[in-house]
Amino acid sequence: MADEKIPRRDFLKGAGAGTAAAAAMATGLAPVEAAAAPAAARPQPEPDVWLTLTPSEVAFITAAVDTLIPADELTPSGTDCGVASFIDRQLAGAYGNGARLYRQGPFLPAKPELGYQLALTPREFFRAGIEATNEWTRKTYGKDFDRLTAAQREEALKALEAGKPEFTGFSSAMFFDALLTIAMEGFFADPMYGGNRDKVAWKMIGFPGLPASYRDDIKTYFNKKYDKAPQSIADFS
Amino acid sequence: MATMLKEVDAVCIGVGWTGSILARELTKAGLKVVGLERGAMRMPREDFTIPSIRDELKYSNRHELFQDTGMETVSLRHSRSETALPIRRLGSFLPGMNLGGAGSHWNGATWRRLETDYILKTHLTQRYGARAIPEGLTIQDFGVTYAEMEPYYDKFEKLCGISGKAGNLRGQKIAGGNIFEGPRSNDYPNKPLSRNLAASMFEDAAKKLGYHPFPQPSANASEAYTNPEGATMGQCVYCGFCERFGCESNAKASPNVSILPVLLPDPRFELRTHAYVKNLVYDKAAKKVKSVVYVDTRSGEEYEQPASLIILGAYVFNNTLLMLYSGIGTPYDPVTGKGAVGKNYCYQYTGSGVTVFFEDKESNPFMAAGAFGSVIDDYNGDNFDHSGLGFVGGGHISAGLSNGRPIGTRATPPGSPRWGKGWKQATAKWYRRWFNVDGTACNYAHRENYLDLDPTYRDVLGRPLIRVTYNFKPNDYKIGAFLSQKSAEIARAMNPTIMTPPRYRNGDYDVRPYQSTHNTGGTIMGTDPSNSVVNRYLQAWDASNLFIMGASTFPQNQSYNPTGPLGALAYWSAHAITTQYLKNPGPLVHA
Repeated sequence: MADEKIPRRDFLKGAGAGTAAAAAMATGLAPVEAAAAPAAARPQPEPDVWLTLTPSEVAFITAAVDTLIPADELTPSGTDCGVASFIDRQLAGAYGNGARLYRQGPFLPAKPELGYQLALTPREFFRAGIEATNEWTRKTYGKDFDRLTAAQREEALKALEAGKPEFTGFSSAMFFDALLTIAMEGFFADPMYGGNRDKVAWKMIGFPGLPASYRDDIKTYFNKKYDKAPQSIADFS
Repeated sequence: MATMLKEVDAVCIGVGWTGSILARELTKAGLKVVGLERGAMRMPREDFTIPSIRDELKYSNRHELFQDTGMETVSLRHSRSETALPIRRLGSFLPGMNLGGAGSHWNGATWRRLETDYILKTHLTQRYGARAIPEGLTIQDFGVTYAEMEPYYDKFEKLCGISGKAGNLRGQKIAGGNIFEGPRSNDYPNKPLSRNLAASMFEDAAKKLGYHPFPQPSANASEAYTNPEGATMGQCVYCGFCERFGCESNAKASPNVSILPVLLPDPRFELRTHAYVKNLVYDKAAKKVKSVVYVDTRSGEEYEQPASLIILGAYVFNNTLLMLYSGIGTPYDPVTGKGAVGKNYCYQYTGSGVTVFFEDKESNPFMAAGAFGSVIDDYNGDNFDHSGLGFVGGGHISAGLSNGRPIGTRATPPGSPRWGKGWKQATAKWYRRWFNVDGTACNYAHRENYLDLDPTYRDVLGRPLIRVTYNFKPNDYKIGAFLSQKSAEIARAMNPTIMTPPRYRNGDYDVRPYQSTHNTGGTIMGTDPSNSVVNRYLQAWDASNLFIMGASTFPQNQSYNPTGPLGALAYWSAHAITTQYLKNPGPLVHA
């Protein structure tokens, strides 16, 4: 482990102007943010590289996150905030491949209160969930999910949320919950993971990100709006 | 075959709060101590640094500092008639991993138990009669009293630099502190933390209704502090990244901040990381543990470490697993009620209350400490008359958000959509304008709630998983209904713009949403070897050189977070070992 010999902070310092790139490399992420970092004031164009999602999965995830997080006066669309890219990276990495998941069988049907009991990794579960959803929308609307109108997509996701479509192996509500959870993670996580570009989600709600200290602010801003701009991990690095 | 190592004076299994305290006290007494930690090294200057530590996704959602369920988990079923299934991903509770254990990523709420908590069964029987204890509850006395524990609470509070305000100083009740607490020999070492809007509004409302609010006692230091060991703490900066995170300001007491900086350099102490204890080698005839077998997780090699004294200071489930797997003591049988290992497993019954929203206020949820807020104890334990209520026990009610981290902590008023345009509008409007007012209740032991070995599922070492047979019981639901109404009453007095209907957990125990990491029982303490695993000094009845630490020794769980009580018990036990046991090794209590 060569990098253990170099304290991480010094390593990042040594990377100089390329801090974000170094952080991206250190976390094993594609340095998409870093490449455009110096002029990254505006949301960046959709990345055209995908680590794990297939073309039809990209189409589905893009359409889904834009329905869950639609563009409006508060933020750009989920995809333009980087949420689809976030999901791709998460599913390609340790989490997507079952890190910290107990994976020994037998795998038995269970009541929901006993939690996740499938043999699938998150990556495999999303593949299965996207396939099942598209199969259902083809049957119901004659098209894949991403080809539906905005109103139909909303209707379809509401049906999933309510667990109405019958999927094989797991409930459609369970897939919807996983989709909503990872979309919200992408929207609100630190921008270094690819979502929440330009800290748009933090600005939307007034979350300041990483404080240096609220030791005095907790008194100064008692019952007052905190008006400082949010800061991310990259801003501190 | 395991490689046999040279005998040492003492081995601590697990180097979290209790392992660190015992190792420190034993090395001070001159013993050579080996600490076996299944995880890796973790020290604040390397692992808990800004900005990396303030990463909600990594630490909170991807569980960076917690037990790896890929290696080891527990299985769960709601009753004996069901098949238990493994908890495949952590949710409801978050046991620790690595040096410092869960003590490195806790919130810091640090309590003393009530005087009556220690003599619970005796007290309730005397006050209400034996028939008032609901059918099925197997509550017991601890075998120690509050008065005996007091000096050790004092010691633990000083170790941690607890911030708070005394409510009972040597018998004198003090307004603004917890007047229900037992007499304290000293006030808290640090003054209470600053208050946020939630705590301030709760305090005013509670006072108006005649209750006795006080600041949550907290291991988040309100001032820079040097503890009696010479370890230093910084001042809390209210960053809102506390539970699930390490503290970059060294303001949260933890083994890593409060003891390890002085323990690790001590030549009488040797830390072995990646040392995953598999079993204890038990000499049944001699009633002693001869050695500890552990696996080096880097190489897979097994080692056998003999020791004169064994301190079992792992988490609740691992303590019980090691006893059952090593064949020490008699496993609990829920049918006959006989046996004690695995008996009286309890959890925590949280979340009985309401959420309030204020259109014209700023609650700034992101400016927060882990253990933070205003609390009342008026409905806790037996602080109120239970005649005619149909339940025993109670809980504390509090307000004061511990964080505003946006992936996990967002509230919108009832009826708001969970996604889409309406969700965005509601979230943007209310994120900074809400808090919860809710009760955390005790969870009293029940005949049918217990731990044993799973017949099917195994851990990474090939051992059976601990099987948890557990569900909430009628006593819990009744407390929940009661506390949710009382919480709503206080919340209403704040005149919120919107208040949710009072809620409490009225369904089966659910392993998915986080509730608390306050699992207790399995190796409980007591006065009788037929219904307890360890005596009042935490010494195993069936192995006189084995002392078991932590919340696994609680006969039942009170509403209070377990760290204060288990820290005090660790010092109490260490005192008995160093002043009595070492002079004359053998049973400290004769059954």
